Amino acid sequence: MAKSVTEISRGLAAGKFSSVEVTQDYLARIAEFNPSLNCFISVTDELALAQARQADDRRAGGEADALTGVPLAHKDLFCTDGVRTSCASRILDNFIAPYDAKVIENFKSAGAVMLGKTNMDEFAMGSSNENSHYGCVANPWNTAHVPGGSSGGSAAAVAAGLAPGASGTDTGGSIRQPAAFCGVTGIKPTYGRVSRYGMIAFASSLDQGGPFARSAEDCALLLRTMAGFDRRDSTCSEQAVPDYPASIGRGVEGLKIGLPVEYFAEGLDSKLAAVIETAVDELRRLGAEIQDISLPNTGLSIPTYYVVAMAECSSNLSRFDGVRFGYRCEDPVDLEDLYKRSRGEGFGAEVKRRILIGTYALSAGYYDAYYLKAQQLRRMIKDDFQKAFSSVDLILGPTTPGVAFRIGAKTDDPVSMYLQDIYTISLNLAGLPGMSLPVGFVDGLPVGMQLIGNYFDEAGLLNAAHSYQQVTDWHLQTPELKV
Amino acid sequence: MSDWESVIGLEIHAQLATVSKIFSGASTAFGAAPNTQACVVDLGMPGVLPVLNHEAVNMAIRFGVAIGAEIDHHSVFARKNYFYPDLPKGYQISQFELPIVGKGHIFISPDEGVSKEVGITRAHLEEDAGKSIHDQFPEQTAIDLNRAGTPLLEIVSEPDMRSAKEAVAYARKIHSLVRYLEICDGNMQEGSFRCDANVSVRRKGDQKLGTRAELKNINSFRFLERAINHEIERQIDLIEDGGKVVQETRLYDSERDETRSMRSKEEANDYRYFPDPDLLPVAISDEDIARIRAALPELPEQKKQRYINDLGLSDYNAELLTSSRDTAIYFETALAAAPELVAQLANWILGDLTGALNKANVEMTAVPIEPAMLAQLVTRIADSTISGKIAKEVFEAMWQGEGSADEIIEARGLKQITDSGAIETLIDEVIAANPEQVAQFRAGKEKVLGFFVGQIMKQSQGKANPGQVNAMLREKLKA
Amino acid sequence: MTLKSEDVLNIAHLARLHIDEDAIDQYTSDLSSILTLVDQMNQVDSSGVVPLANPLDATQRLRDDEVTEIDERDKFQQIAPDVEAGFYRVPKVIE
Repeated sequence: MAKSVTEISRGLAAGKFSSVEVTQDYLARIAEFNPSLNCFISVTDELALAQARQADDRRAGGEADALTGVPLAHKDLFCTDGVRTSCASRILDNFIAPYDAKVIENFKSAGAVMLGKTNMDEFAMGSSNENSHYGCVANPWNTAHVPGGSSGGSAAAVAAGLAPGASGTDTGGSIRQPAAFCGVTGIKPTYGRVSRYGMIAFASSLDQGGPFARSAEDCALLLRTMAGFDRRDSTCSEQAVPDYPASIGRGVEGLKIGLPVEYFAEGLDSKLAAVIETAVDELRRLGAEIQDISLPNTGLSIPTYYVVAMAECSSNLSRFDGVRFGYRCEDPVDLEDLYKRSRGEGFGAEVKRRILIGTYALSAGYYDAYYLKAQQLRRMIKDDFQKAFSSVDLILGPTTPGVAFRIGAKTDDPVSMYLQDIYTISLNLAGLPGMSLPVGFVDGLPVGMQLIGNYFDEAGLLNAAHSYQQVTDWHLQTPELKV
Repeated sequence: MSDWESVIGLEIHAQLATVSKIFSGASTAFGAAPNTQACVVDLGMPGVLPVLNHEAVNMAIRFGVAIGAEIDHHSVFARKNYFYPDLPKGYQISQFELPIVGKGHIFISPDEGVSKEVGITRAHLEEDAGKSIHDQFPEQTAIDLNRAGTPLLEIVSEPDMRSAKEAVAYARKIHSLVRYLEICDGNMQEGSFRCDANVSVRRKGDQKLGTRAELKNINSFRFLERAINHEIERQIDLIEDGGKVVQETRLYDSERDETRSMRSKEEANDYRYFPDPDLLPVAISDEDIARIRAALPELPEQKKQRYINDLGLSDYNAELLTSSRDTAIYFETALAAAPELVAQLANWILGDLTGALNKANVEMTAVPIEPAMLAQLVTRIADSTISGKIAKEVFEAMWQGEGSADEIIEARGLKQITDSGAIETLIDEVIAANPEQVAQFRAGKEKVLGFFVGQIMKQSQGKANPGQVNAMLREKLKA
Repeated sequence: MTLKSEDVLNIAHLARLHIDEDAIDQYTSDLSSILTLVDQMNQVDSSGVVPLANPLDATQRLRDDEVTEIDERDKFQQIAPDVEAGFYRVPKVIE
């Protein structure tokens, strides 16, 4: 078990097993382990088996794609036609999406199978998965610890072998941080690489979809299908999608990798830093040229990020008003009561906090001090990266300041939770691609290393990660699961 | 009253005549069953995104070019955030900073011979909201989102108008312009062209503007004039009674002919505008603008000047003929059939034809007399087939659908008698029958000539050519 | 930056969010500490920097003016809380 996407793809192509068989295997594992891990909000067994049968027929007809028949899990904020799409929120608990997200369409047309919809922080707001209406996901490496967030269900499902690959979204680290906490590989592509159509928005100028899998090789396969132009998303890029799987065998000889001094400064767990340094040594042995660089405005990225993200979310979430879909409160006395109670009862505490701060930041008299200021800092942060990329090919650092923390450890203090995102959010502000891959353990919990690439250089990231994974086996480690 | 001055600015919302919505591919056709033209984007479903309609941008630029405005090369869409059930996303996509059309101006003629420049502050693109229907159900408000996402051009004037009459002249001018440009059908009943008026008053000589009230829900030019006049009176009475005007939105009630405060909009609005992150800045090149400028139709002002300079029409007639695109098209089509008869056609169109349209309450587009038919009628007067008096009878018959001018003249036997033999016979008969008057004329009483002409015309049932009758009659009587 | 509970209630009204009476103090203190974090932005002079609204500095793509959508009202209204005769319904609004 715990086959990779690549292994399943090859096995299906070679006729070693059918899609129905492999899908049944995963559904059985989900039935066994999901009750304790809580990775899935919805398991779509019947649909999965129907899709698997179709995939087997398609393969028999000689029309198979690399992903035809491969079972995958999708974060529950990608709209899936006819299937509940909850965003882990009470307000969408009854929402059967009437259409497919572009990402879902892409996987469907490749013939991939959907196992179910994964758990997450409500509306992708959180770094621990504790903000889900459906309860927290347990980290498969230690169930007392969080899996990270917001795409915690997808990361944990891949780590636990409940799916070989999964989709996620990353607004401030929501793919990379849970990938790090769960010991899997995940990539956040360049803003505009993957269509946002049908991906329920948290912060429109930061959100980007991407895959989780066990390896960079698998991520390359998944991203090739996920990415691409979509005319329904005005911010989606028209740049052609490279053949990622074909571009990952190039090695890292002569590759210039920069280590931002700010990412290795105060606040980084020293044991974790040591693990990262070992991984850097490995890359150096493979021929990469390592140098120090500076991203001077890193410290500003947290306040900047939270202003931009909260302002955008306060407006994006206005459509959840109890009028056309979703939760409506009981017996509203008038329109205002309908709005206030539907939203007040439908949204969880963290979502409400962010809507309130965002509303405040955009309100009359505060716009310049908050939103406009944040947009200026955003350009300064972007400029830091552009300067860095004039001398290096890739940037490397830790994904998180520490390993997965215990469930409940940070729930009382939203600000300490926000500080978890220090290394991941500046990329979203700049729109750059980044990925996290497992490079070791601290106290039995996985450590993630982050690689940051220049715009649209996902192939470069995947290639570097793949080179590292060719000579190490951290990505092959699996947690021992208890029922 | 006389020491007060009113200050009026208008915000006009013109629905652009695109076939699909501004940010989605749903139809904009009017009158469909509720919510059948509202797609996932218009409904604000989770995860949907807007994509801008190219034609809406072109139409906005066309308007901007026509009013001599600056067109920004870089235009930005913003979200205007407020909650209302006919606003599905909880925000309206509009423009705040960097609208597509900057400062421009037009000229209005509130009175004959008067020309006044009115400044246009800006015109921006935005999406229309849906409709809230309050009388569909006893306990609930019904929401129809077919209109949600229809493209609007909001045209904001400077507070340059000083009377309701000027405001109406401005609104009519913009109405005429958007129809000339073919960017809006101008149908006020269906809400395609809507006016909001900002009205304030101040004592003459004051530099500072008074507190303004915004008048909404005005769906005809007549109501616009009435609503503004009422509001001016209300504000003056209020201040003279020691009260203060409060800044508020007032709804015009055409049935009661009054404005009243809209309580639901009373709270201070804080729209929290910010650039819409789902849309990118619109880039408009000089080439785009040049291409649109080159393809612009002849505009009312240019047309008017051409009518004056090339056709020799008076300023007044040229203004009236060009005030609506339909009238100008009618005139030009008729003129093509009778190129020499400029003044005659202008007089018939602005006189009898306009009178008949008003009387029957019919739009120029539905006129029963086609331009070529009117041209034929005017030609028959010019070539002396009929007299001007008979022509009115023919016009009436054409309006009733009895056929072309020639058909009616033929069928009713209205052809003018120009045969001098026949006229001579008529004259001889009348002279013979009235010896007394003949004597009076010969004694120097010239006035009696009119009596003879009248008698002859009567005998000919109006068909004798009056010029010929006059000349021949003089000859006969002198003999 | 410190907020008062009235500020929180005003913002909550703008955002149309009901906040339970007994949660107001917690929200007030949480929001104040978030704003304190956010105020760190003021440590940097950004005067003259052109605001960045979108990471790619790209321009808007335009779509042709074509009707591409069909009527799917029945499907969309299946998930609505209150519909009648094709209309969505809300408690009566008095204007």
